[in-house]
Formats: sequence, C-alpha cells, structure tokens
Amino acid sequence: MTQYETVIGLEVHAELKTRSKIFCDSTTEFGGDPNTHVCPVCLGLPGVLPVVNKTVVEYAIRAALALNCRVASFSKFDRKNYYYPDMPKNYQISQYDLPIAEHGYLNIEVKGEVRKIGITRLHMEEDTGKLVHQGNITTTPFSLVDYNRAGVPLIEIVSDPDMRSPEEAYEYLNKLKAIILYTGVSDCKMEEGSLRCDANISVRPAGSQEFGTKTEIKNMNSFKALQKALTYEAERQIKVLKEGGRIIQETRTWDDEQGITLPMRSKEYAHDYRYLPDPDLVSMVIDREWVEEIKRSLPELPDDRKERYVREYGLPVYDAMVLTNTRELADYFEDCVAVYPNAKTVSNWVMGDLSRLLNASVVGIINCPIKPEQLGALLQLIEKGTISGKIAKTVFEEMFATGKAAETIVKEKGLVQISDEGAITAIVEEVIAKNQKSVDDYRAGKERALSFLVGQVMKASKGKANPELVNRLFKERL
Amino acid sequence: MITEKDVDHVALLARLELTGEDKEMFTRQLNDILEHFQSLQRLDTEKVQPTAHVLPLKNIYREDRVGEHIPRDDALANCPDRVDNYFKVPKIV
Ligand SMILES: [Zn+2]
Repeated sequence: MTQYETVIGLEVHAELKTRSKIFCDSTTEFGGDPNTHVCPVCLGLPGVLPVVNKTVVEYAIRAALALNCRVASFSKFDRKNYYYPDMPKNYQISQYDLPIAEHGYLNIEVKGEVRKIGITRLHMEEDTGKLVHQGNITTTPFSLVDYNRAGVPLIEIVSDPDMRSPEEAYEYLNKLKAIILYTGVSDCKMEEGSLRCDANISVRPAGSQEFGTKTEIKNMNSFKALQKALTYEAERQIKVLKEGGRIIQETRTWDDEQGITLPMRSKEYAHDYRYLPDPDLVSMVIDREWVEEIKRSLPELPDDRKERYVREYGLPVYDAMVLTNTRELADYFEDCVAVYPNAKTVSNWVMGDLSRLLNASVVGIINCPIKPEQLGALLQLIEKGTISGKIAKTVFEEMFATGKAAETIVKEKGLVQISDEGAITAIVEEVIAKNQKSVDDYRAGKERALSFLVGQVMKASKGKANPELVNRLFKERL
Repeated sequence: MITEKDVDHVALLARLELTGEDKEMFTRQLNDILEHFQSLQRLDTEKVQPTAHVLPLKNIYREDRVGEHIPRDDALANCPDRVDNYFKVPKIV
C-alpha cells in the first residue's frame, strides 16, 4: 500500500504595533465605533496620497533580521487589485516582486529532532476593513463595512513548503510567534486577529520528489484549529487519491464546529491580482547602516537564550525551551535566579506550581501576584530550613492569592518548621509506641513502612516537623 | 492579441456587465491600443534598468504619529447607503 507524505507551507500575517496606520496618520487602536478611525487616505477618497510610516519599515526589518532573512537593498510597494468591499480602493497596497526581505529560516524541534524551516519572504502590506452581516449571513443581501482596520500595518511571512506534518506546522507557528514576540513588533494574539495563519498543504507518495496538487486552508483561528484542520485535510487528500480521484487546487475554509474543511472559491479568479507598482509611493533604498543599527538593537532571541540556559545554568534542554518560549517568562526566571541561584529548583517551581496557578487563573506572567524576588525569598526559606518543602506549597498558594511575602505568611500562620530535636523526639517515640505493626514491618525490611511512620509524625505536627530530622530520629531508634 | 474571451475575463474582474456589442467594440479598441504601444517594443532596452517609478525620489517616509480623524458623518457622506455607522454594500460571495 502506498504511504503518503504531507507537505505544508504557512502564510502568516502579523499586525505591527505602530501607533498610526501604514500609509496615513489614523490610529491603529483596536476597537472604536465603526468608521471612526479613518481619514481620506484609508477611505481611498480620490486625490489622496499615501506616505509610508517609517516605523513600519523598521519593524519589518526587525522581524526579518530575527528570522535570519536577507534584507533587500531596494524595495517597493505594489497594488494588488481585486473587487471586494473590504478595501475601499479596490486594491490593497502590498509588495509583490521586491519584498523587504527574503531567504530566512527558523529552527523547530519535533520529537527531539531539530528541523530548519525556510522562510521564502517577508513583506509589508495594509490590513483590510471588516465586513459584518446582520441576521443570517447566507440569506442577507447586504454586507456592512467598517474601515477602522483598513490600513493597519501587517507583515506577511511566507514559509517554504518545508513542513512534513501538522505537528511541525504547529511548532513552526509557535516558534515564529515566540520570535516575533521577542522582537516586540507585534503582540501576536491569534484570538484577536493580530496573528493569522493560512496554510498550503498537499500530499505525495513517500519518496516522491514532485509536489502534489495543493489546497489553501483559511480560517484557522487558533493553534489547535491549525493542527486539527491540517490533520483533517491531509487525511481527506489521501482518501481522495486512494480512491483514484484527483485533488482540485482550491481554497478551502476550516469549519471548526464540524471539524472539516470546505471549498471556498475558484482559485483562477481569486488569484488574478494584476499587481502593478504603486505610482503613489516612491521606491525604498534601504540604508545598510540603518539595518545594522536595527540588528544591534535586537534582544537575545529564544534559541540563543535557550542554549545559554543549558550552558550557564546547566538546565535540561526541555526546561530551557519552556522557560525561553516567551521573553516575560524567561525574564521572570532570571530575576528569580538572581535572588536564589539554584537554577533547577527555580525552574521546577516556575514550570510547575507557578505555571499551574497562572494557567488556572488566566493571569499573565506580567501580572503575576508573586514577584520573582518573592519566589526567590520563599525558596531561601526552604533552604534555611525555616519551612518544609511541603509547607512551602501552602505558603506559595497563599502568596499567589494575596501577594504577601513568604515570610509574612509564615509568621502570620505560625508555619515555621519545627527543628527542635527534643520536641520531635517526643512525637517520634509516641508514633513508634502506637504503631508496633509498622515498626515490625520496617525491621523486617519493608522500606515503605518508614514513610508511613514519617507521615504520622508530619500529621501530628501539622506538617511542620523537619522531615530530614524525623527520618534521622526514626533510623536511630529502629 | 486580445480575444473576446479576454474581454469577458477582464469585465468579470472589474464587475462590469457587457452586451455583445460592447464586447466587440472593446475587443477592437483594446487591440488598437496594444498595437499602438507595440512601437515601444522596437526600442533597445538591453542596457536599461527596470523602472519602478518615474520620479527621481526615494525614501519618502512619515513619522509614526496619530493625527486627526474625519468626523464619522463626513466619512460616510459619499456612501449611497448606510446602516447605523456602517457602509452598506451588496453582499459579495
Ligand atoms: Zn487614515
């Protein structure tokens, strides 16, 4: 039976975080009453002239450098012509044959294997307006248009067809998002539409060098949707081929509720965009010195930071990867390590208890009620033996709920660990006297009986007995 | 050479409805125009750089500052039909 290989390429749009639009000084602020964030330029009124926002070019170069792209020395804007009311001009200003950057790549890791995914190009363009429908979308004869988003700057990043599974596509998008977030040029919120992803996907017999006929998948509004849609589409295509059919090159939309892709429109017409250089915008000759300056201002990027965590902190690769996925989490980790230098312990707390509470409460790391220095102080209390590791978990949850310092909570609740040998000896001896069977079991070689006995002491001391001391006292007596 | 089929295609892209007479006329006229510009093909452009723009200008940028928006009723003033504060247009599928 023929085995099939999936081939995937992604087209990702990211909205840039500038104050004003790409070709006019209207605000890019999200929301606003319909058609209030507009001016004659973004409404496409006759006679107006667009002028490029310099920050858009700077941000595009910034993202391009972070993605290892070659920045063009000469670039221009083109008109992409199509009749659709989401653009009042009947064309969208984009870049066609001379994009701002090309030939980049990023590395992903899937199942322990590093794969290099090529980036074909990165270009700048304007976002479109939004169409809304009253009542039933299929029966209403009208669309209503809000041009507030028309002219908001976007970068489009087109990958090479280098991905071989939906998991790789997922990892690529995740890595791309992480890198762009590090550069600070976009906030990459898929739910709010500031990060959008379309996919080109085809299948071919394993070992074949030629590409199969591809379909383009749109309307995947989350990372999960991307993975589900691509998994479905690959299976659909393989089924068609196995039944002797052929794949039609078309655009399909992902229906999240039904969990299927559906054909959208005929590609022949949709893609006759008749690009032409925009005569209203003059060419850009990109100054090398400017590019170098932007390069110098880039922060340490996720891959470099990950490697440094392994090298400098001796962390496992997995920890390093999770911690460096966002700049904020990595900063938090480093601020904590500055107070409490045992990196692996900090990593365990940040990836474990802290992430769990953050996820459960939908608070971002930026607004985390426990500041990194406070977590460091808590870990010091454990190390000094002031509280046990078990009590620390309780203190930690209290810190998260109240924002109070660990020391304050320990004092208020009387949680200081009992390390007084005399006091604990009394409890240990009482436990030995009351649990003769476990004592005999332990003496007969059952190690587990000891944990039961220790547990009894912890219970009697309300978790405050120093566990190491308890263990030692038992061993001395049994 | 422009055929009537090309005219159909361009008309569709421009959302124009053409009669048979229109099509015949435009096919003829478009061919005349193309023929006229064929004269450009006689020029030797071997050593000429491709041009993206006719003006000797480059790198015209504006700073990233927010300016005035136009009042909403002005924005919608030329709109043939509106619903609340939206432009109302025929639905295109
Ligand atoms: Zn505007």
